[in-house]
Amino acid sequence: MAIEPTRLRAPALGAGFAALVVAVVAGLGVGPVGIAPRAVLYALVDAVPGLSADSGLSSIREAIVQEVRLPRVVLGLLVGATLSVSGAAYQGAFRNPLVDPYLLGVAAGAGLGATIAITQNLGDGSGLVDLVPLSAFAGALFAVVLSYGAGYIGGRSTASLVLAGVAVASFLTACQTYVLQANSDAFREVYSWILGRVATSGWSEPLLLLPYFVVAVAVMLRYRRALDILAVGDEEAQALGIDPRRVRIHVVVAASLGAAAAVSVSGLIGFVGIIVPHVVRLVFGTSYRVLIPLSILFGGAFMVLADLAARTLVEPAELPIGVVTAFLGAPFFVVVLRTSRREVW
Amino acid sequence: MPSITTDGLSVALGGVPILHGVDLDIGEGEWVNIIGPNGSGKTTLLRSLLGTIGYEGRIEIGGVVIDKPQDRARVLAYVPQSPVIPPGMYVVDYVMLGRTPHRGVFGRDTDTDVAVAIDVLNRLDLARFVEREVRSLSGGERQRVVLARALAQQADILLLDEPTTALDLGHQQDVLDLVDGLRRERGLTVIATLHDLTLAARYGDRIALLADGRIVVSGTPSEVLTAEVIAEHFGATVRIIDEPDGPVIVPATPDRSPR
Repeated sequence: MAIEPTRLRAPALGAGFAALVVAVVAGLGVGPVGIAPRAVLYALVDAVPGLSADSGLSSIREAIVQEVRLPRVVLGLLVGATLSVSGAAYQGAFRNPLVDPYLLGVAAGAGLGATIAITQNLGDGSGLVDLVPLSAFAGALFAVVLSYGAGYIGGRSTASLVLAGVAVASFLTACQTYVLQANSDAFREVYSWILGRVATSGWSEPLLLLPYFVVAVAVMLRYRRALDILAVGDEEAQALGIDPRRVRIHVVVAASLGAAAAVSVSGLIGFVGIIVPHVVRLVFGTSYRVLIPLSILFGGAFMVLADLAARTLVEPAELPIGVVTAFLGAPFFVVVLRTSRREVW
Repeated sequence: MPSITTDGLSVALGGVPILHGVDLDIGEGEWVNIIGPNGSGKTTLLRSLLGTIGYEGRIEIGGVVIDKPQDRARVLAYVPQSPVIPPGMYVVDYVMLGRTPHRGVFGRDTDTDVAVAIDVLNRLDLARFVEREVRSLSGGERQRVVLARALAQQADILLLDEPTTALDLGHQQDVLDLVDGLRRERGLTVIATLHDLTLAARYGDRIALLADGRIVVSGTPSEVLTAEVIAEHFGATVRIIDEPDGPVIVPATPDRSPR
């Protein structure tokens, strides 16, 4: 008898990488200046230090690919992958399909941090560094610490942690609304931050996010089996010899860090952390051994394509990316839900 | 050689005392059924043996106190009363979960892990289901899959919490016959909680009656299952019919003769 436990197999992994390549080539090639896929690939190779390739593009066009679009595409990849994998991990850690990376108040905390920074004019470029993302990051971490503290007082159970997250998020959103009302001239700027974007003027944002992305992805990949064990519930997981609380706290801390960093550079992009993992589940199955790596690949690809839509649909204006992810994502999700025969929750 | 011994095992849940100084002494290869009315502490007793709840007193397994969950899971396998079946999980992956104590949280499946799973799946006649989702199976098949996961742990002691609930008569017998066969083949020690007293009498060597968190009677089925004991602790009126292979417990019907 041939028995093979579930693992990530070549076709699924190949599909993930193919989606990523298509998204990157489209993201680099499509825009006011169109560039052919082949030239995009050569320009990409040429952008790698130590390698050179002749893309046949004029230096201006090559600069558009390498210096204007590439940082933006990389940022989209990192944000999308981080939010998706964090969402998948949160859903596994809490065994709840409706949980997203903002569960413990990351979004509300980041929103408050960004609002304070914007209304106090900390992000107008007068300082050495843009303080909006840093302030947002601090706000997001503050929210997670607050949720954990409140959840701990509430009895350390998963349910009390989730409820604490809801309470903290509402509280911080109220604070943010108050700060904004008191500084209504900043309304437009704050609103545009909240709706999200992956625009970047260079490599500072991608580099800011990179270490958190690496940590979140490494922890999640390492714990993908543990999340499968957690699926049978805490008591049975314990009877199988693992410590579910320990697994949960490691996963949640890594996911929260990643989500906080992503949100601080991109604003509150919703829906990605829920939709991408669920689509992967519906298509490739529910095992976290498959779900975690594929959420990284498809999450990155999805965000790059969403950003492409955001900057081309109403050219020369840009749509907020949070609008695009939900506007395109929701119907797509319904289609997948309708065609899939899998029972995933 | 005692397989599992408890000494003054007491448990309180949320400040409410559930078990009061339970002393158990279960020998290697023995099958002991724990019976008792609802709320008497049967499941709590199993959970404390498993180490999933806090307790006072002493639990020795194979003569030693085991603290580490992973070590415990290598000697003690558990079949819960209502196992959580994750959506979309395949039979093969579910049974492989039983290998967790041998490879830890981060380990990969070794050839040994797969070989053990194959052996168990064949033994339990589950080979044809490996690519099915556990949730798509019938109650009886599902119960065997859960048992397969426990056996994949290769533990010497099997804890069964109400293994026959939700099964029809034929499947109840199938599961208990299967456990009995495995016990003989593999020298397992079995500790089971059971509601059906006739089944408890038919399978296993010994019965321990738990009432209000204390073991009140322990012994062979005919020693424990008397009409007086059942009336006192279950509040039930029964007749005991002595059969060659154990007592049969029949509810006594109230007098229905016309007045």
